[in-house]
Amino acid sequence: MTSEPAPAYEQPIAPPAPSAPRRPDASRKGQIRIENVVKIYGSQTAGICAVDKCSFDVPAGKITVVVGPSGCGKTTLLNAIAGFHSITSGRIRLDDAVLCGPGQPKADPGPDRIVVFQNGALFPWKTIIDNVAFGPVVQGRLNRRESYEKARAMLAEAGLRNLESNYPGEISSGMRRRVEIARALMNDPKVLLLDEPYRALDSLTKSVMHEALLETFDRNQVTVFFITHDLEEAIFLGHRVVIMTTRPCRPKKILNVDIPHPRDYSVLTAKRFREYLDETVQAVHEEALKAFAAGERER
Amino acid sequence: MKELEPSYAAVGVNVAAGDAALASDEAARMSRFEVAAYRLSQWLRSPRPYLMLLGFTLFIGFWYLTVEVWKLPRFVQMPGPTAVIEEWLSPDPTYGLSIYSPEYYQHIWVSLRRVSIAFLLATATGVPLGLFLGWSQRFKEYVFPVFELLRPIPPLAWVPLAIIMFQGSETPIIFLTFLASFYATTLNTMLGVESIDVSFVRAAYCLGAKRRQVFWHVVVPGAMPFIFTGLQISVGVAWFSLVAGEMVSGQYGLGYLINTSYTMVQYPTMVIGMITLGVVGYVTSAGVRIVGNYMMQWRARELAMGGDQ
Repeated sequence: MTSEPAPAYEQPIAPPAPSAPRRPDASRKGQIRIENVVKIYGSQTAGICAVDKCSFDVPAGKITVVVGPSGCGKTTLLNAIAGFHSITSGRIRLDDAVLCGPGQPKADPGPDRIVVFQNGALFPWKTIIDNVAFGPVVQGRLNRRESYEKARAMLAEAGLRNLESNYPGEISSGMRRRVEIARALMNDPKVLLLDEPYRALDSLTKSVMHEALLETFDRNQVTVFFITHDLEEAIFLGHRVVIMTTRPCRPKKILNVDIPHPRDYSVLTAKRFREYLDETVQAVHEEALKAFAAGERER
Repeated sequence: MKELEPSYAAVGVNVAAGDAALASDEAARMSRFEVAAYRLSQWLRSPRPYLMLLGFTLFIGFWYLTVEVWKLPRFVQMPGPTAVIEEWLSPDPTYGLSIYSPEYYQHIWVSLRRVSIAFLLATATGVPLGLFLGWSQRFKEYVFPVFELLRPIPPLAWVPLAIIMFQGSETPIIFLTFLASFYATTLNTMLGVESIDVSFVRAAYCLGAKRRQVFWHVVVPGAMPFIFTGLQISVGVAWFSLVAGEMVSGQYGLGYLINTSYTMVQYPTMVIGMITLGVVGYVTSAGVRIVGNYMMQWRARELAMGGDQ
C-alpha cells in the first residue's frame, strides 16, 4: 500500500481495545503487506489464475478476516504467507522483511507465522501437553522443562488444565481448536493464520470458540489473519474484513468494523452490526453469483 | 449397558453433543485398564464370541459328518476329527507324534525360530526402507521400480537360487521366509508415510521443526498404524513361505512335519501339523497386534472413546 493512495472506503482503524495487553511488546509488530501478488497454478500461459494482482494490508495487532466464495483463492494466499506454496509474482512482507517476492518465490515456514488448519493438525500421536510444548522444544528455544512449564501455564490460561495427558482423539473438536491455538501462541508468533478453523463445528460450539478466541486475542494482541465464509463470524471477530472477488481473487471491498473490542455476543443484535452485515452480504452475494455462473460455464 | 456402565454411556452422549468439559473429565479418569475392561465387557455382551463358537462347532461338525458319518468318497483318505484328536492327545500315539512327544515341540520351536529371525530381519530392513521410500521422492524414483519388479516373484520361485546362494539348510529357508515378509512390511510402511495428512507436516514446519525432526516426530509416528498393519500381514506371509521352504529342505519344522507325514502316509499327524500351524500363526499375529496397540495407545484410546474421527 505504500506506493498507492489509500482507497476511499479505507477508514481509520478503531482505537485499540481498552483492556491492557498482557505483553505490551512494541517490537513485536506483525504487519503483513500483500503487494500485487499473483498466483497461477500450472503453466504461466495456460494455468489457472487463483490470485490476481492482489494487494492489501493486514494491520499489526488486529484481526483481519478474509471472506469470499469458496474456491476463490483465499487459502492460496494464506499458504503463500505461511510458506507452503510459492507465488508467481508480487511480494509479501512481514514488517520490514520480505517473506517472498522476486528471487524468492516461496517463503520459509517458521514459528513467526503459525497456521491453524481447517481440519485441525494436532498430532494425534502426541498427548495434549506434548503437542503444546512441541514448538519451543524442536526450535531449541527453551529446554524441555521450561517449555513444559510454559505449556502447562498456557493450557491453564485457556482453561484446559486437566487435559494435559489426553490424546487429541479423546477430546471434543472445539477443545482441539483451543489447544491448537495455545500450541501456536507458545511460540510468541507475530501472526496467527487461521484457515476456516471453526468450519466443522456446530454453531453453539462455534459461538463459544469465538468468545474464547477474542479473549485470547485481547490477552496476546497478536496479528490474526482469519479466513472464513461465515459473514457473521467475519464481522463479529474482525477489526477489518476483506471481501474477495471470485477467482481470480483480489479484494473487492475492505471494511473497517468500527465496533470496539472486547466484543461479546450482545454485539450481534446491535444495529451497527446489522448494517455491516448487510453491506457485506451484498458484496459477497454478487461474487457468489459470479462464482456460481462461472462454475456452470466451466461444466 | 446403561445400568451397568453409566459413566461410559455418558461419555458417548456428551462427545456426540459436543459437551466438551464433561467428556474430557471422564476421559481423564479412564485409565488404560478401565478401557480394556470396558472393551472386554462389551465384547462378552455382544453376540460376537458366541457366533465365533458356533462357527467353530459348525466347521468341526461338518468335518465329522463328511468323514466319519457320511463317509463321502472325496474324504475317504482324510482322517476324521476324532482320529486326529485321539492321536494328538494320546500319550502313546500310533504314528509317534502327540502333545506328549518332545519332538512335537521341537518342530514348533524350529519353525517359530525361523519365522522370528526372518520377521525381525524383514522388519529391521523393511520399515526403514519403506519410510525412506515414502519420505523421499528421489529415493523412490531409484528404488521403487526395482522393488515392484521383484515383488511379484513368489518365494517358491526363489527356492533354487536360495539353495545355490546359501550354505546349509537353515539360511535358505530363513531367506525365503524373509522375502515375503520384507515386501509386505516395506510396501505398507511406504503407503503409511504417503497416507499422512499434509497438514501435520506443514504444522510441524510452522512450529519450527527441521526436516529431520519432522521425520521423527511426524513421519514415523504417522506411519505407525500402517506399519503395524504391514507387520501383521508380514508375519502371516512369513508362515506361508516358511512352510514352502521347509517342504523343500530342512529336517525339522511344521512344514517338514506335514510333508514327511504325507509321504509316510501318517495322515492324522499331517492334520495335527496343519492345525498347529494355524494356532501358532494366529498367536504370532495376535502378538504383533498387541505390541502395536501398546505402541499406539493414542489410537487405542481414540477407538475406545467410540470415535470414528
